[in-house]
Amino acid sequence: MNVPAAWYLVLAAVLFGIGAFGVLTRRSALIMFMCIELMLNAVNLTFVTFSRTLSDISGQAIVFFVMVVAAAEVTVGLGIVVAVFRRRSSTSVDELSELKG
Amino acid sequence: MIAGTYAIPGILVFVTSAVLILVGAIGVITLKNPVHSALSLIMTLFGVAVAFIAQEADFLAAVQIIVYAGAIVVLFLFVIMFLGVDRRDHVSVEPLVGQRAFAAVGVVVTVAGLITLMARSHWVTGAMSVSTGGTRLAGADGNVRQLGTAVFTTYLYAFEATAALLIIAVVGAVLLARRERANQEDDQTSQEVSS
Repeated sequence: MNVPAAWYLVLAAVLFGIGAFGVLTRRSALIMFMCIELMLNAVNLTFVTFSRTLSDISGQAIVFFVMVVAAAEVTVGLGIVVAVFRRRSSTSVDELSELKG
Repeated sequence: MIAGTYAIPGILVFVTSAVLILVGAIGVITLKNPVHSALSLIMTLFGVAVAFIAQEADFLAAVQIIVYAGAIVVLFLFVIMFLGVDRRDHVSVEPLVGQRAFAAVGVVVTVAGLITLMARSHWVTGAMSVSTGGTRLAGADGNVRQLGTAVFTTYLYAFEATAALLIIAVVGAVLLARRERANQEDDQTSQEVSS
């Protein structure tokens, strides 16, 4: 009835790759957070696919917890971005180089 | 040949979700305006929700729409508007020489490795999992009940830990957003006093 799990797994791998490319190349901290969300969603998709393939609800339960952690991460991360922006008037990660040795 | 092997609706749903996911993801990393990136992110999240529904994860699909598209992206948009950074990002400028090429090579190697790993390993054994005692996934009717049972029995401690995590995240976000303003007000008043 359904398409093979491998199709969804390849789709999730490609989505993870796109997110990783965005984290590596974009300079804006906000866009980097969005790319991290892309990578988290790719992993969630993999979990759900394996949950269906192995007929195990644990995969879906873990996706539930990943969503909670993602929400917490975005909340604190955007709080840090706002705090940095107030001090530096920029969200570019290239300009945050005070700790460079 | 493919259409003969698998049912047409399943293929259509997969293609729909794949197009939504990939177009949205490419939009997130290529669009210059952060607001457009956030809207592309909604598209990707919606595609993932479609894939969830196609794979019998109904509750997670609803949570995906409500929490991700409804709360997290709105939070992103709120911060973008609040900071006023919705001007164009300089995507054409490459700060480090050859950074794009190195990133592309690394990503291609990673994805190729993942796909090779999937193609060469035998993860579909047909055996039932141990944690659910060999019961099958409930499908559309009992998905919420089954997931709720798993979360509140097997993963109860993890669930309680997420409660603490959310409280910590809220307190941390409020602290990060408030303390800076208090300092600025202190600075202003001290400057006024000194002047």
